[in-house]
Order: sequence, then C-alpha cells, then structure tokens
Amino acid sequence: MDKFTKVTGVAVPMMRQNVDTDLIIRIERLVDNVGREGLGPFCFEQIRFKPDGSEDPDCIFNQEPYREAPIILAADNFGCGSSREGAVWALKGFGIKTVIAPYFGDIFNNNCFQNGILPVALPIEEIQLLADEMKASPGNARVTVDLENCVVVSPTGRTIPFQIDARRQHAMLNGLDDIAQTMSHKGEIEAWQSTDKTARPWVWL
Amino acid sequence: MGKTLFDKIWDSHVITDLGNGFVLLHIDRLLLHDMSGGKALKEAIEKGYPPSQPRLIYGTPDHTMSTKPGRTEKSFPPGEPLILSMRETTSAYGIKLFDLGQDGQGIVHVMGPEQGLTLPGTTLVCGDSHTSTHGGMGTLAFGIGSSELVHVIATQTMVQRKPKRLRASFEGKLMPGVTAKDMILHLIGELGTAAGTGYSVEYAGSGVRALPVEARLTLCNLTIEMGARTGMVAPDDTTYEYLNGRDYAPKGAMWDRAVAHWRTLPTDADAEFDREHTIDMKNVAPQITWGTSPEHVIAVDRAIPDPSTGPEEKRGAWEAALKYQGLEPGKPIEGTPVDWVFIGSCTNSRISDLRAAAAIVKGRHKADHVTAWVVPGSVRIKAEAEAEGLDRVFLEAGFEWREPGCSMCLASNGERVPPGKRSVSTSNRNFVGRQGPGARTHLASPAMAAAAAIKGAIADVRKIG
Repeated sequence: MDKFTKVTGVAVPMMRQNVDTDLIIRIERLVDNVGREGLGPFCFEQIRFKPDGSEDPDCIFNQEPYREAPIILAADNFGCGSSREGAVWALKGFGIKTVIAPYFGDIFNNNCFQNGILPVALPIEEIQLLADEMKASPGNARVTVDLENCVVVSPTGRTIPFQIDARRQHAMLNGLDDIAQTMSHKGEIEAWQSTDKTARPWVWL
Repeated sequence: MGKTLFDKIWDSHVITDLGNGFVLLHIDRLLLHDMSGGKALKEAIEKGYPPSQPRLIYGTPDHTMSTKPGRTEKSFPPGEPLILSMRETTSAYGIKLFDLGQDGQGIVHVMGPEQGLTLPGTTLVCGDSHTSTHGGMGTLAFGIGSSELVHVIATQTMVQRKPKRLRASFEGKLMPGVTAKDMILHLIGELGTAAGTGYSVEYAGSGVRALPVEARLTLCNLTIEMGARTGMVAPDDTTYEYLNGRDYAPKGAMWDRAVAHWRTLPTDADAEFDREHTIDMKNVAPQITWGTSPEHVIAVDRAIPDPSTGPEEKRGAWEAALKYQGLEPGKPIEGTPVDWVFIGSCTNSRISDLRAAAAIVKGRHKADHVTAWVVPGSVRIKAEAEAEGLDRVFLEAGFEWREPGCSMCLASNGERVPPGKRSVSTSNRNFVGRQGPGARTHLASPAMAAAAAIKGAIADVRKIG
C-alpha cells in the first residue's frame, strides 16, 4: 500500500452532503476494462460534465485553482452507499490524496485505508472555515494535512487537530499490507478453526 | 449485564485482539459475484494467497449480464470477461459457483438464504453493500471493498473494530397496503441516511417478529441506506421453518444441534444498546421516495416537501434533488406520471414480492406509456412463479418477464432507465444516475410499483385494492 505522511495543496470546497460512491464513479466504468489506474478521468463525471460531454463550468472541480486540488472539503456522510472500492481508485486517479468531512460512509472509510487515501474527520464548522479561507485567497491558499502529528493546518496557519486510530495511523505512515500482518496470526486462526469445527460442525461444509 | 444478538455472534468469532480496539474476526461465509469475485480471486492468487478455505466460499453471477429472456453471458458483451474470469478462478479452486443457466443462480443476496448457505449465528461477507440483507436470518453480515475481499480469500478473517449498537423496534401491526419495504423506508425517513454510521442495527418488536423471513431480508437489505453496514433480526421459529430442508442447511441430528445453538442467540432481556428508536406501526403508511437519497421519502398521500420550510442544513440538498427529479414542491406526489416500472433487485425480487405485485396486476393492464419489467431474484424463484402462473399474470398485463439478475437496480449491465425518464423501482437506491445517467428514481414496495404501472403514475396502493 502507498504510504501517506503529509499533503499540502489546494483544498476544493465541494461542501456537499451524502456524496455517494455512485456519484464518485459510475458502475459501468468498473465493468469496462479500464483498470484501477484508468478511472481518474471518470471521477465525478456526472457533475463535472454536461450530458453532451462538455465540461460544466459551474462545477467547482472545473474551476481554477481547484482543478489540481489534492484535498476535498465535503459535508456529512461522504462516500455513503455502494461498497465499490472503485470510488477510492477513481479519487486517487483524479489526484485526490485526502478527503476532509464530518464523517464518512463506513465501507468507503475502510476502503480509503486500503489505498493510502486519508479520510479526515473534522467538525462541519471547522470544514466551513477551511472552505471560507480557501475562497478568501484563491490561488494562494493551501491546506496541509499532516498524519504524523494528526493536524490540519489552515490557509491562515491555524492548526486543527484530528483523531485517527493508532493502528491505522501506523499502517498508513508505513504503507503496511493488511494481509501480511494477518498472516502473522496464522497459527491462532488455524487453532480457532479447529476448535470451531467441533463446536459448530454445521458451519463447515 | 446481558448481551445483544450482535455481541454474541461478534464475540464468538474473535480470533485474537489486535489492540487499539481492533480484533481479528473469523468469517464463516464469503459470497462472490461477478463484479468483483473473479478479479479478487485473481488478485489473491497473484499475490501468493490462494483461497485458504474454498469450501466456505460460494459465488453466483448477477451484476453484469443481461436479464433478457434467453440471455447468455454474451448478451451483454462488457460483462462477459468478468463472468468468464469468475468461472475460471472459482473452478480452479473448487469453489462452488451457481453459474448462468444453472439451478441456484440468482442475485447473490437472494441465493444465500435460498440455498441455506446463510445461517443464523454466522459471519458472512460479500463485496456488496447490500450484504446486510442476510441479517434477516440472524446472520452477522456486511459488505466489504475489493481489498478486504482479497484479505478474506487469503485468510478467512477480517480486521475489524466493533461498531456501536442501535435497536430499532417496530411495535404493532402492519396497516393496509404496508410492507417491510415501507417499514424500513419510514425508519430511514425518520432517522436519516447517516443515523446508522458506525452502528450495527437490530430490528426488533412485535412488528418485526410477525414478519416472514423474506420480509425480514427486505428490512435488513436497506440497513446500509441508513449508514449501518449490518442489520439483523434475531432467529426464531419462523427462521428455522424457512431454513429447514434447504440444500446447504444442516440435516438430521446436526440440524437439532444447530437449532439448539441458535436458540441461545437472541438478545438478552437486560442487554443494553447505545441507541434505541421505536416506531409505532400505526404511523407507517405506504412510502415513496421523492428525491435522490433514500431519506428523501414520504407517505404516498403526502405533498412533495418544500425546501424553504425544511431543515436549514438540508435546504440545498433538497433543492438540488427536486431539480434533478423534475418535481415541484408542495404538489401531491400521487398522480406524478411515470415512464418505467422495475420490480426486482436484492430488496424485492423474492416469491412473496412477486405475489404481492401480481395481486395488484391480475386482471388489469399496464398504462400504455409505461415500460414495466419483472426480474425474479433467482432461477428457483422464476420457476416457482411460473408454476403458480404469475408470469402469465404479468405478461397478460403488458409487463416483461425476465431472467434473474440485478438488472435495472444499478445499470451495470446495459439495462437502464433512459435520461429524464421517471421510474418507480422496488430497488434500494434513488441516487443521481443510479438507474442510468439522468434517470429519475422513486423507491417503493412491489405492490406500489405494480400500482404505478397500472395507473401510469405514482399511485396509492390502498386505493386500488
């Protein structure tokens, strides 16, 4: 897995509630054989493009200085809905490194940690302030997300702490692979299974 | 202090404590479908982790093929490689696949309970958020992403943190025209689409106890639409009666032993939940969604909400939803003209759903301007419905009678509602573009969808009778 330590860049104030994973990536893009790396151009396609395929200038992702932004600022429940990990791959391909929202869809949240994308939970008031500071100084404003110290630094230099599970923080900072970690418990898994085959034989087909 | 149903299953599946609130959890069943199944198996094998417990893994294609009568995997060419890859990888490791054209094939969340693979007291995962459906059997079931899928294939475990517990109690009896679909939509309307984030849900109360298993599966199916990955109903005699004799369910003395164990699972009287919510069934009417989130839902006899009188923090979302849906606030939703009707999906494609829809349709004809589809949830349901003559009821009413699959629920198979067209659908998501780019979706029960097809407009099933 890719490591995540610190990101500094433009934060795009999307500020939308309930951004579902269908909106992030349409399902047919995951059927088409474009591969994980090929999904970036289709990220948010339903809001970035008009039905005729041209860019919608009203969409913030199509406006300067937000086009290349590595950080998304969103409202409640970002990444709700479908479990498709393609949503995270699409964000990654689109250049997004971290999403800041009050909270995230549970499955999306887990998927982010599998791909080196950092979901940062902050109160909506803090996110609104970040959005205001971004808009107040277009072109110059930058946000920093620092995983080592668990802080977000606002465009005006305010430091906002965030919380993250110590296990996940460690895995992200070091780019650890979950399967390899679990494999170190192989003996315990086999012992559990052996006991369970006696206790609940009907489970073991 | 007593334990909840969820805690009993969770605690008994903890292999080891990993610290910082995380545990290694044993997974008893992994279900695969064509969108991610073949790819995940391939990835696991390439990484050097072949399936550790292939006998606990089962698969069926459902997402990426046509449901046109007479279909094969070639009928929707983009899906063919996914189906072939699933066929190849499962066969290499002796994983049972209920393949296209075979008995047992169906929507993965219909197949599991139907085959008796979904058992009370077990843990079950699948790369699909509607895996919560299996909770209707008293199973701890949740949807996972592709990377987690590879982890389960490799280790038959998951690294998990215990969620909080929410109990939603429905008290009383179903009112006329009301189904489990209406119960869960009503609940999501009250609590919102994020109320369950970070929670496991237990559905309880006299209103839930009275539900047959298929209705409990519908109830649990939409759990993810209020943000919770898992929702459960405690197993009881209704569950055992449904399960007994199914292909993969235990038999004979083993059955008795299993039932004795399952009887210990229901939540203890003194167990505590982090949140409780009770609904009086008297207040649950037939529901219909109006917007682009499942929480945008009202009783069918109500007016379309006005954003200017709604909660301030939702105003923008409501305005955008009404614009997308092409609806005017303040007008009755009943009577809104409809172009498409879809009866199917892992929410509502079981035999009881088809019977409920057929009861409305029988002796009537769909409105001329409506295209109406019925997509049974599995090969077995299709055969059962045909034996009862339900296919003829639908066909004579001008509906299409199709092959099992996910179909128009998510448009991953070329089956879409055209841009700008309005659909009443028995599926689970009314997101922007879910049924196709620009498609406008209204979620409802099978009877409500059938009523809409007959009237050519959103209709109150209670007035059709």
